[in-house]
Amino acid sequence: MKVTLTVNGAMHAVEVSPWKRLLDVLREDLRLTGTKEGCGEGECGACTVMLDGEAVNSCLVAVGQCDARTVTTVEGLARGDVLHAVQKALVACGGAQCGICTPGIAVCAAHVIDRGLVIGRDEPSARAQVRELLAGNICRCTGYQLIVDAVIAAAREVGER
Amino acid sequence: MTSYLRPRDLEEAVVARAAYPNWMVLAGGTDLMVNANHKPIPGGILDLWRLGEIGFIRVGDGAIAIGAGTTWHEVERHPAIRDRLLPLALAAREIGALQIQSRGTLGGNIGTSSPVGDSLPVLLALDATIEVASVRGRRSIPYSTWCTGYRTSLLASDELIVAAHIPLPGAGTWTTWRKVGTRRAQSISKVMGAAAIILDGGTVVSARVALGAVADRPIRITAVEDAVRGLSLARAAEAARAAVRTSIQPIDDIRSTSVYRREVAENLVARFFTSAAGVS
Ligand SMILES: Cc1cc2nc3c(=O)[nH]c(=O)nc-3n(C[C@H](O)[C@H](O)[C@H](O)COP(=O)(O)OP(=O)(O)OC[C@H]3O[C@@H](n4cnc5c(N)ncnc54)[C@H](O)[C@@H]3O)c2cc1C
Ligand code: FES
Ligand code: FES
Repeated sequence: MKVTLTVNGAMHAVEVSPWKRLLDVLREDLRLTGTKEGCGEGECGACTVMLDGEAVNSCLVAVGQCDARTVTTVEGLARGDVLHAVQKALVACGGAQCGICTPGIAVCAAHVIDRGLVIGRDEPSARAQVRELLAGNICRCTGYQLIVDAVIAAAREVGER
Repeated sequence: MTSYLRPRDLEEAVVARAAYPNWMVLAGGTDLMVNANHKPIPGGILDLWRLGEIGFIRVGDGAIAIGAGTTWHEVERHPAIRDRLLPLALAAREIGALQIQSRGTLGGNIGTSSPVGDSLPVLLALDATIEVASVRGRRSIPYSTWCTGYRTSLLASDELIVAAHIPLPGAGTWTTWRKVGTRRAQSISKVMGAAAIILDGGTVVSARVALGAVADRPIRITAVEDAVRGLSLARAAEAARAAVRTSIQPIDDIRSTSVYRREVAENLVARFFTSAAGVS
C-alpha cells in the first residue's frame, strides 16, 4: 500500500506492506537510522519516536497506521545545528555510553520536557518523576544517574526560558 | 499481500469485520505487534486506532462509560476516573510505561483477555458491562461472564468491543487495586487484584474481590467475599487470608512459582482490608 507520512517536517510517500513496522520503514525505506532496535518487544524504548505528538515504541506500530500521520525521530529534535536542550544536557552530563538507548531516551525526554511534564521542584521528587517517565527506556551501560541528571538539567533550562 | 482498512465509522468497521473475519483487528498494537517480524503476516488489518465512536469517556449519574479505543494515558489523567474509579486509574498508571500507555487501550486489554491483564480484575470487582457491536446489532455482556478460558471470551468472530460501562462505587465503598511484579513499570504481574468493599463504620457489609495471574483467567474470589461479611476490618483481613489460601491454585511459570503467588495473593487481599481501615 502507499503510505504517506510526515517525518521530521518532510512529507514522504512509501510503497510498503501496511504490516511493516514503522521502525523498519524509518531505517530501511527512509534511511533514518538514528532510531534503534533493542528488543522488538516494546520493552526497551530504544525505538521511541513521537507519533502525532505521543511518545511510542516504533517497533509496535504497523506503518499502515501511520498513513497521514506525523512522526518525529531523534534526527528531528535539533533545530538546524542547534541541539535540543536534552541532547545538549546528555552530552554535558555524560548521559550516554554505548549509545544504543540514547536516541530513544532523547526522544522520550524531549517529549516529556516539551510537554512540561517534569514539574518536581525539589531534587528527590524531580528524580522520582523522571524515573517514572523514563521507566520504558532501558539502559545497560550508564546506571541511569547521569541520564536523570541530564533530563532534570534540561527540564530546568527549558522551564526557565 | 496484507490488505488494510481504516474505517470511517463503527458502521463501516462492523461491516468489514463481518466480511473479513480473518483480518487482524488492530488498536494500539501493544499486544499484537510484539515480535511482529517473527509472526505470521496477517491477510488484512482492520485498524481501529483513533476510531471516533470508540474513543470517549462519558460520565453518567451511576456509571462511567469508557470507549474501547481509550488509551491508558487518557484513562489515567481523566479527572472523573481518578476521582471516582480509582482502581482503574491506578492500573492505568502501572500498565507498561509511558510509550505503552500512549498506545495501549482498554479494548485491547479486554480483547487479549489475558489472566495478567491489569484492568480486568477492576472490571470484575466493579461489576462492569461490556458493550459490543456487529452487523447484527449491539449487545451488553456482564464482565463476570466475559472470560471463558485462557485468553478466550464471549466476543463473537463478527463483533467489536465498543465500550466498558463501569458502575460508580457508592459512598461508603472503599475501592483499590494493587499489583506485584518484578518492577513497578513494564512488568507483567506475578499477582494483581482489585477490591470494592462496602463499609458501615469499621464493619464490612459486603465486598467484591478479584485477582489476576492466579488462574487461567481473571477471577472473583467468592470464598473471600463470603468469609468477610459482617466482620470488623481487622478480622476480615485474617478471614480473607485464610479464604484465599484454600480457594486459588496458581501455577508455576517463567514469571513466578505457585508457592510465591499463593503467599503474595494472601497478603495482597489481606492488605485490601487493612488499608481500608485507614479511611473508615
Ligand atoms: C512492554 C509491554 C508492557 C506491557 N505491560 C502491561 C501491563 O503492565 N499490564 C497489562 O495489563 N498489559 C501490559 N501490556 C499489554 C498491552 O499493552 C495491553 O494489554 C494493552 O491494553 C493492549 O491494548 P492495544 O490497544 O495495544 O491492543 P492490540 O494489541 O491492538 O490488540 C489486543 C487484542 O485486542 C483486540 N482488540 C483491540 N481492540 C478491540 C476492539 N475494539 N474490539 C475487538 N477486539 C479488539 C485485538 O484484536 C487483539 O486481539 C504490555 C505490553 C508491552 C509490549
Ligand atoms: S525495540 Fe522497540 S521497545 Fe525495544
Ligand atoms: S548507553 Fe548503552 S544502553 Fe544506554
